[in-house]
Amino acid sequence: MKWPRILRRREKGGIANFSMRGVKREEELRRTVFTRRALLLGGAQLGAFGFLGWRLHTLQVDQGERFATLAEENRRSARLLSPPRGRIFDRNGEVVAGNRLNWRALLVAEHTTDVAATLETFSRIVPLTEADRARITRDVRRRRRFVPVMVREFLEWEEMARIEVNAPDLPGILIDVGTTRIYPEAEHLAHVVGYVAPPSEADLDGDPLLQLPGIRVGRAGVERFHDTTLRGRAGAVQLEVNAVGRIIREMDRREGVPGSDVELTIDVELQKAVRGKIEEGTSVVVLDATNGEVLAMASQPSFDPNIFNSGVSASQWRQWTSGRSTPLINKTTNGLYAPGSTFKMMVALAALEARLVTPGERIHCPGHLDFGNNRFHCWNRNGHGGVDLRTSLKVSCDVYYYEIARRIGMDRIAAMARRFGMGVDLDIELPGARPGVVPSRAWQEARGRAWSVGDTVVHGIGQGFYQLTPLSLAVMTARLASGRAIQPHLTRAVGGRPIPGRRPEDWPSLGIQERNLRLMRDAMWSVMNEQGGTAYASRNMQGFGQMSGKTGTTQVRRVTREQRERGFNVQNVPREWRPHALFVGYAPHDNPRYAVSVVVEHGTSGSGTAAPLARDVLVETFNRFRQPIPPRVAQRREP
Amino acid sequence: MSALLERRLLTRDRGVGVFQKLWQIPWLFVLLLCAVAGVGYVALYSAGGGNPDLYANRHGLRFGFCLVMVLCLALVDVRLFARLAWLGYAAALGLLVLVALHGQVGGGAQRWIAIGPLQLQPSELMKIMLVLMLAAYFHRASWERMGNPFFLLPPLLLVLVPVGLIFKQPNLGTSLIVLALGGVMFWAAGVRWWKFAGVLGLMAAAAPILYANLRDYQRARITTFLDPESDPLGAGYNIIQSKIALGSGGIWGKGFLQGTQGHLNFLPEKETDFIFTMIAEEFGLVGALVTLALLLGVVAFCLLVALRCKHQFGRLLALGLGANWFLYVFVNVAMVTGGIPVGGVPLPLISHGGSAMMTTMLGFGLLLSVWVHRDLEFGVARD
Repeated sequence: MKWPRILRRREKGGIANFSMRGVKREEELRRTVFTRRALLLGGAQLGAFGFLGWRLHTLQVDQGERFATLAEENRRSARLLSPPRGRIFDRNGEVVAGNRLNWRALLVAEHTTDVAATLETFSRIVPLTEADRARITRDVRRRRRFVPVMVREFLEWEEMARIEVNAPDLPGILIDVGTTRIYPEAEHLAHVVGYVAPPSEADLDGDPLLQLPGIRVGRAGVERFHDTTLRGRAGAVQLEVNAVGRIIREMDRREGVPGSDVELTIDVELQKAVRGKIEEGTSVVVLDATNGEVLAMASQPSFDPNIFNSGVSASQWRQWTSGRSTPLINKTTNGLYAPGSTFKMMVALAALEARLVTPGERIHCPGHLDFGNNRFHCWNRNGHGGVDLRTSLKVSCDVYYYEIARRIGMDRIAAMARRFGMGVDLDIELPGARPGVVPSRAWQEARGRAWSVGDTVVHGIGQGFYQLTPLSLAVMTARLASGRAIQPHLTRAVGGRPIPGRRPEDWPSLGIQERNLRLMRDAMWSVMNEQGGTAYASRNMQGFGQMSGKTGTTQVRRVTREQRERGFNVQNVPREWRPHALFVGYAPHDNPRYAVSVVVEHGTSGSGTAAPLARDVLVETFNRFRQPIPPRVAQRREP
Repeated sequence: MSALLERRLLTRDRGVGVFQKLWQIPWLFVLLLCAVAGVGYVALYSAGGGNPDLYANRHGLRFGFCLVMVLCLALVDVRLFARLAWLGYAAALGLLVLVALHGQVGGGAQRWIAIGPLQLQPSELMKIMLVLMLAAYFHRASWERMGNPFFLLPPLLLVLVPVGLIFKQPNLGTSLIVLALGGVMFWAAGVRWWKFAGVLGLMAAAAPILYANLRDYQRARITTFLDPESDPLGAGYNIIQSKIALGSGGIWGKGFLQGTQGHLNFLPEKETDFIFTMIAEEFGLVGALVTLALLLGVVAFCLLVALRCKHQFGRLLALGLGANWFLYVFVNVAMVTGGIPVGGVPLPLISHGGSAMMTTMLGFGLLLSVWVHRDLEFGVARD
């Protein structure tokens, strides 16, 4: 056995006494030492290889799964596919909000090493403003690096060609075709349809779709109300990318769900015709009185929602938001007015239902009512003499309503008004629509003031603290006409499925005695169709039967005694001091189908201004729907 | 008397013919080398994305040339190498000085020198020449003499001068490897244990001073080694991506040409320093271990040559060359598995690149020469 000898240290060889034997011993010693150390070294090397093997085992077996996942994450890159936004149609299948192709340049941050340099090169081809750059840089920071960020949209063909030619110098830039919203009816339906705009920070609700470049969310109107429905769901494509982000191939694709189309109750032709008849400061609502469908809803002035697509300039925005005319405001749902005499039906009904007045009771009108220290004037200074309920509405006698309001109290009046949809949320599909206010004792006390009987007297003729929208006036009229608690609505169908509530039977009864309702309708008929009625001059329906209605004129400034005595004439005061003109009505009178409300700001006189306009609107409505409104019309026209 | 004896021993084998020598060449080992280079060919074929013209063919061609050189060197009398060792060492040192003065800057360091069309890294050459030089120096050193500190001073300088030059390039990794190589030679030659212990102690004490003198990127390597996740897109990127590639290979690998990390370029320098990662990703733990086994085979053969050689020169040379090969492999594989800080150390015969292949093959030429002439009577220890 040689081994033990190798491993044993030997004494020094005798080098001094040189001999062949000495040389051999010396050589043997050296070799032994070498062999021992070489084997030790070999052992160490083997150990080191063992360490490497253990390391590989740790990485590839123990942690193999984890690293496999990481490798997958490395090469996979998910891109979202934005589904087309659902379109909006009117009741006849006319497109009122559609999509149009939009060529745009996108930037994928992970594809470029230097975002600023890429943008610099890009701006030499297609100019970018400072604001653009700031937005792009912000978006790049905010979004994940593989999510494309919009650089410029609405590219011209020539610009696109130049970008494509310069593609090698533009790492990270890609051309993409998206869609943009288009509103063919422009300002005609702006208040109803609303508009879309890029999502703000607050809109990012976790829907990955909102991260996509060029995505728009509904900002107002139906676009906002039905936003999630119209938006659809994002699809996704799984891509294999290399280290610099170049797409190698598509691994998986999941198509998104396109947004659902929405069909409105609006009739675009009627809407346009109505808008053709009105001036600034006027709002008109036309309802189907049997089921609450909004057929037309016009508020003047309006705006072009298409402008929001490419971004609203600061000067445009100033023009819209400053000054007296407020084009962005939909007056039919957000304009607040005192109803004036159009409210008298509510007072009368409240009194009838409370049995505090009978239809036959006559109240004497001397032209004014003295109550406490105050004198309340009738609009007719000469007085109407003895007035019963029907006549009181026909001639719109104020003293009659002062008296019965005093009898029944404000709370009964307010409760009745709320039953008719005033001062309550009507749930119309227009976000931000205001419910309005019908004042009551509690309401006044909540404001920290006391309610006096004098207040009740004034509120009996629809003046005072009322804040009502033209829409709620139209709803009141439709409920009077139908006796049912119809709700106004703008949506007829979503995604091809009809929304329930088309038939009159779908709506519950108001619970008002039919006899009292008939009284009201008869009185409203007399307003228009009997000599002496306040709207008698507007009775001509051009062969479409007869209509019923009620005029209203509301003061915007208090007329002083001094002015009265000097012979007050509204024609001589500035326009913005003149009273508002109101009218509510429906037709045909014997089988109510359409209800209308008209508010003309500073229109001076309900009977002179609002009544003829309302009549014209109803005539136009009959013209559109000569036959009863067709159940479900027609071919949709593709955009 | 001793000179006489030496001459007698030297002349003893004069009749050995070329054919006898050819017969002596360990063809099994040559086959092993071919297998290692073959692994390199396959890996480079994949690294080229299935295009052999990119790396693989050049690699094969280069190996062929080098193999002819190896076989030629194997036939040369080993004593000639011993005699000319100083010349080789001087040449390598000269090149190191030259590269320090006129070298081409690459990656923040002067490492390369152009000789005709060839890009040469003198530090690679120095590894072989240092081993050769020290083997020649220690050839006759008796056990007694190895105990004499003054006798150890010249070889210490032989080691420290190139180490200093390489460190100044700056190339910390290679200078440490050359230092380790010198250490192995001293160890094998019989320097006493306690001296090693003393030097290692001194080095541990000097480490903070060394760290203070490191360049920023060298320090970054050390800090990212200690915590690669601290800078996943910067200095730690290479290590992280390499570990991901390795780990995702699993036991059986993703298959030839199927490695996602490599082919999608997440893996940096996959044809040079990180070629082993490429192999491990595509062929898994099995492929990696087979490759390691082949590489270990080379180390084992070197040890075998060292143990079988009858003269100290051959023993030291074979052991040193084995250590050189081992250090290449260990540092490279430990580097790509995240075991030690990254340094530009290729995997010889597998990585793409001429310098490392030429110098390692030069070493194998010397090794085979030692094997062929292992029984030669060539000098003995003296005072």
